[in-house]
Amino acid sequence: MKYLDEFRDGDLAQGLAAHIRQAVEPNRRYALMEFCGGHTHAICRYGIEDLLPENIRLIHGPGCPVCVLPSGRLQAAIELVEREQVILCSYGDLLRVPGAHGDTLLKAKARGADIRMVYSISDALEIARAHPERPVVFFAIGFETTTPPTAVAIIQAQRAGLDNFSVYCNHVLTPPALRALLASGGEVDGFIGPAHVSTIIGSQPYEFVATDHQRPLVIAGFEPLDMLRAIAMLIRQINADEAVVENEYTRAVSAAGNRKAQGLMDEVFTVRPSFEWRGLGWLPHSALQIRPKFAGWDAERRFEMPPIQAADHKACACGEVLRGVKHPQDCTVFGTACTPDHPLGSCMVSAEGACAAYYHYGRFRQAAAL
Amino acid sequence: MIRRRNLFPRRLDIARDCVEMTHGGGGRAMAQLIEELFLTAFDNEWLRTQDDCAQFQVPAGRLVMATDSHVVSPLFFPGGDIGCLSVHGTLNDVAMAGARPLYLAASFILEEGFPLADLKRIADSMGQAARQAGVPIVTGDTKVVERGKGDGVFITTTGVGVVPNGVLISASRAQPGDAILISGSIGDHGMAVLAQREHLSFDAPIQSDTAALHELVAAMVAAVPDIHCLRDPTRGGLASALNEIAQQAGVGMRLQEAMIPVREPVRALGEFLGLDPLYIANEGKLLAICPAESADRLLAVMRAHPLGRAAAIIGQVVADDHHFVEMKTVFGGSRLVDWLSGEQLPRIC
Repeated sequence: MKYLDEFRDGDLAQGLAAHIRQAVEPNRRYALMEFCGGHTHAICRYGIEDLLPENIRLIHGPGCPVCVLPSGRLQAAIELVEREQVILCSYGDLLRVPGAHGDTLLKAKARGADIRMVYSISDALEIARAHPERPVVFFAIGFETTTPPTAVAIIQAQRAGLDNFSVYCNHVLTPPALRALLASGGEVDGFIGPAHVSTIIGSQPYEFVATDHQRPLVIAGFEPLDMLRAIAMLIRQINADEAVVENEYTRAVSAAGNRKAQGLMDEVFTVRPSFEWRGLGWLPHSALQIRPKFAGWDAERRFEMPPIQAADHKACACGEVLRGVKHPQDCTVFGTACTPDHPLGSCMVSAEGACAAYYHYGRFRQAAAL
Repeated sequence: MIRRRNLFPRRLDIARDCVEMTHGGGGRAMAQLIEELFLTAFDNEWLRTQDDCAQFQVPAGRLVMATDSHVVSPLFFPGGDIGCLSVHGTLNDVAMAGARPLYLAASFILEEGFPLADLKRIADSMGQAARQAGVPIVTGDTKVVERGKGDGVFITTTGVGVVPNGVLISASRAQPGDAILISGSIGDHGMAVLAQREHLSFDAPIQSDTAALHELVAAMVAAVPDIHCLRDPTRGGLASALNEIAQQAGVGMRLQEAMIPVREPVRALGEFLGLDPLYIANEGKLLAICPAESADRLLAVMRAHPLGRAAAIIGQVVADDHHFVEMKTVFGGSRLVDWLSGEQLPRIC
């Protein structure tokens, strides 16, 4: 398939892998964090770690929107759909994520709640048009990648006078999460920077990683050759004691990003003073809320949605996994009490979750180690 | 027939009428629906007796029986519809024992208000699929549920067949060293249904691969009677079928990603939607596991049949206490191919 096979070429991969093996200093250890869950899945799906020397360790970051959504925000959606009889439109990933006491949207659906799985917010708009007599709420989550489409949908709903439609906004921002990770210490020598997020925000917002924290960051696409190339670029910087932001994903990412998308986001959203992240806690200026001029399409203003504090399962190590402190298989319930079929934490559910990636693609390694 | 016609002075208006509660009530309306719609579509000597059951002779061998319910949405999709799918699905389940399918039974749950024109289209498609396969639908049942209590039509089919003496095909026979073969490209059916449902169009639409595989199976069994295992990878796709076999036989599997045939539009849609073709349903493909020394012969026979032209050897069975299915990726690494978890695509068959 054109534009994909080129970035999955096994021969090119062997060449790059040989280059990386030559470049690493044998007595040095390299800890590299990929921020995005999309990268984590590419690592596991293509077996990228099999091609790397042992002294390169990949640490998985918090870049999975479903994973970082705190249980309380999910529980609020479950209670909204059951109390207000709304049609709740959600991406499939969210349906099996545990809220309070292991409840899920899927269980609420089985109890009779009208929850529809959609592929995009435009499907939710269609449902709102088709059911003018019913309130329709879209459960919006995601980093900067999925935020512009939400902005467009809200603008379209306003223009069309689609008053039965609203958005439960859980959009979060990448740079504040990176800032929090760096502030918490840790042993990361360099970062593989986000792919799709960077197409929107550009490479400029990551400069603080290099200037304030002296860590290299290389923005990489989600294809496996992109990742190997980014790893080679990071190794070069680390060996040379450099710390700059580089862009491997030049076919999609510019320094300034997509200004039109940024304009749409700015028109519809404003930054929340603080927002809770699973694993990272309350982070200042780390999430978006809908501006007052679009209050009619903000589910949190239209409906009573009191904040809910819901504790994660006490055995679940999602928090440590999201901070990169633990590997998924370090969690005591990984693959035993917590599986994709019976998840205790969000990282085992989401298509971008690190635990799900390890379980789906890499469990044999864990078994071999037992 | 002339005597019956007099029972129904006004024929069904198939173009305009809908299913009504009376069509499942056991009275004259039901008899008319059966005669004018189902009997016309399936016509054979057993149905013409209008008994509540069918009686037939069976040849020597072991009797095989399988049943399958069909709830696909949408009912009509590129390459097929719920009618032919319900025939192929059960024929294939019978054939996976190495059996020759002989007879089918069909049971319908119809929703009040369902257009008779659509029902006729579905019944005609079933009749045609059954005739093409040479396996008559010899008995059936019809029930009607109130509007809103069904989704147009649900069809359950049951099939019986006979396995010749000397043939023993079962998942539990897969053993280390065996070769794993697939009869063609994977993911076509699930992606065709999904593309139709989501209104995703391509220059050449993805066609469902729905097909009856028993003739392909007959050719394979004739050439290699010692096939260890056959399975049609329907819901859950190739990945789930291999995991089931690995679990049943207590073995592991090692696959070569580069050898697994996937058509370009299926790959493209999978990339677009984030769906892995390994987990997408097939309705006209089979997995075969046979001794390594027979693999080339089996592959040649499969490729000589129209339904196996793109057949390939995709891996081998290994000893593995964990019963893992692993795959060497095109990229040069390896990964686990796990069971499907949750429900990737609902209502596909």
